[in-house]
Amino acid sequence: MAIEEKRLILKYADQPGYTNDIDCYIKHGGYEDLKKAFKMKPEDICQEVLDSGVRGRGGAGFPAGMKWKFLDRKSGKPIYLICNADESEPGTFKDRQIIHKDPHQLIEGILCSAYAIQAKLAFIYIRGEFFEGYRILERAIEEARAKNFLGDNILGSDYSCDIIVHRGAGAYICGEETGLIESLEGKRANPRIKPPYFPAALGLYQCPTIVNNVETLCDVKHVINMGGKEFAKIGTAGNTGTRIWCVSGHVQKPGYYEFPCAGITLGQLIYDVCGGLLPGRKLKAVIPGGSSSKILRADERFTGKKKDGTEFDWGIEDIPMDFDSLSLVGSMSGSGGVIIMDDSTDMVEALANINYFYAHESCGQCTPCREGVPWMKKITTRMCSGGAREEDVDLLKSVADQIAGRTICAFGEAASWPVQSFIEKFKDEFEAKAKEQATLRKQGENTKTETSLI
Amino acid sequence: MDLKQSTIDKIDQLVPRYPDKRSAALPLCHLVQEDLGYLSNQSIEWIAERLDLEPINISEIVTFYPMLKTEAPGKYQVRVCRTLSCALAGAYKTCKQFEEAFDCKVGTTSDDGLVSLEYVECHADCGRAPVVMIGEKEYTGVKTEEANELIEKIKSGTVETK
Repeated sequence: MAIEEKRLILKYADQPGYTNDIDCYIKHGGYEDLKKAFKMKPEDICQEVLDSGVRGRGGAGFPAGMKWKFLDRKSGKPIYLICNADESEPGTFKDRQIIHKDPHQLIEGILCSAYAIQAKLAFIYIRGEFFEGYRILERAIEEARAKNFLGDNILGSDYSCDIIVHRGAGAYICGEETGLIESLEGKRANPRIKPPYFPAALGLYQCPTIVNNVETLCDVKHVINMGGKEFAKIGTAGNTGTRIWCVSGHVQKPGYYEFPCAGITLGQLIYDVCGGLLPGRKLKAVIPGGSSSKILRADERFTGKKKDGTEFDWGIEDIPMDFDSLSLVGSMSGSGGVIIMDDSTDMVEALANINYFYAHESCGQCTPCREGVPWMKKITTRMCSGGAREEDVDLLKSVADQIAGRTICAFGEAASWPVQSFIEKFKDEFEAKAKEQATLRKQGENTKTETSLI
Repeated sequence: MDLKQSTIDKIDQLVPRYPDKRSAALPLCHLVQEDLGYLSNQSIEWIAERLDLEPINISEIVTFYPMLKTEAPGKYQVRVCRTLSCALAGAYKTCKQFEEAFDCKVGTTSDDGLVSLEYVECHADCGRAPVVMIGEKEYTGVKTEEANELIEKIKSGTVETK
């Protein structure tokens, strides 16, 4: 039985005849929420966003209204808004849909937010590989400028704001907000240490800065449209609004699907929405929130107590898709990138693939990460090319444990969590591979095997 | 420096938009690279001077960001995503097809200069894996047959790159 999506952000995106130009957007009620925003006081919009409970859609899930509250408004320095469109967490492809199919929704969200925090200049930091997305946004901004939705004295409101689209150049670490700010200042994207460099106080050019994800900024437009309290009725307490789940890997119908938070379970998402696994295959594991989130094994039982004191006892298919539930089972909803793996997947190879990514993307600033992550990659690569040693499994875990918590930014955790969780959940598979190769090598036999994921 | 007038116009428009002109460093690298194909030492020095910076300030970003190139790439830049979702959909096999078709090991440029082949990390279109980019154009669902079609189009010079 198929479950119907409940689209808010992507409401029009895939409707037949809907195009990404400004006329089509206006015909569908576009920029009405910006007009509404200008009739409100900026601080009242901030309160609505706080009331809505909307949490950041980029990965960390921090309440956006709270982030705005930290803004240093007394410094007298200009305030900047940055839209983080550096979508690069493996398994995530929701911001791409918004940018390509409904760029004006994002621009309206940015302008509403910029007005609320009284920023006169906003940036969209878009990943360099989004060539087409960049062109679409540039065109959309000029369309909006021509109609005075941005620029000087917007719609006679006395408020002025410009948006600059700034392209990245292929570095994952630019998704980290302080790394992004460094990059936007024209430097290497080495993240800054917090404290003191909380962007809300010391951000771009050492000025108060808010960095929000594409989807989060679109949510702000809807908060203004329906009011914070009404928005908060979508989803559950603490998990408000909708989320766009990006499903990839071994399912019949991979794609992006929008539902209210906790509106479906992981099982419904896999079997009812995505048509289940490929013929004859069984579910083996799920990475629920982008490749840095901890992996879930198909036959695990998850038990414990929720925030409200009630107990839960879930199999993998019962997990409600929202921020809190995925964190209760020891992982996270992260950026919404759900990667499905069936029983044909070699978990050592899958981890080797992930380690290759993080080793490539470490910015090199902190020693544990710069040295440790390539070391983990080296170990898992040799495990896939026939050179596994019996001590490798323990060594991997030991390296991972010594990276997490010892770096300036959360990349250290992002790179360690996959290793820690893969080994915890699939230890047998790792040990068996190491033992088999070590034994064969002692017998002088060839240990090289064909691989498909590395 | 032999930049097109249109590139210079874009640069002149762009730099004053930023509150601090150093912010224009990355965009200028993109614009110069798009015009000349890659960033030579001379280009790096030119960008630095245009922004009142030292060449090292530009060099350090050119060597940090994977999309910035210091050598001339092949006529067609083929980027194959190898990250998990694409790998699960067969990206490594796809890449091998390109390697064999152009006798070009991944990470290098073919001897005839036709193709530069490289692995890239997640391009954020995992629902339509495997993802391959040729120039600025993205191709999705590039499995065996689709890869063969692209290979033929590259050989005949009819592949879309924008």
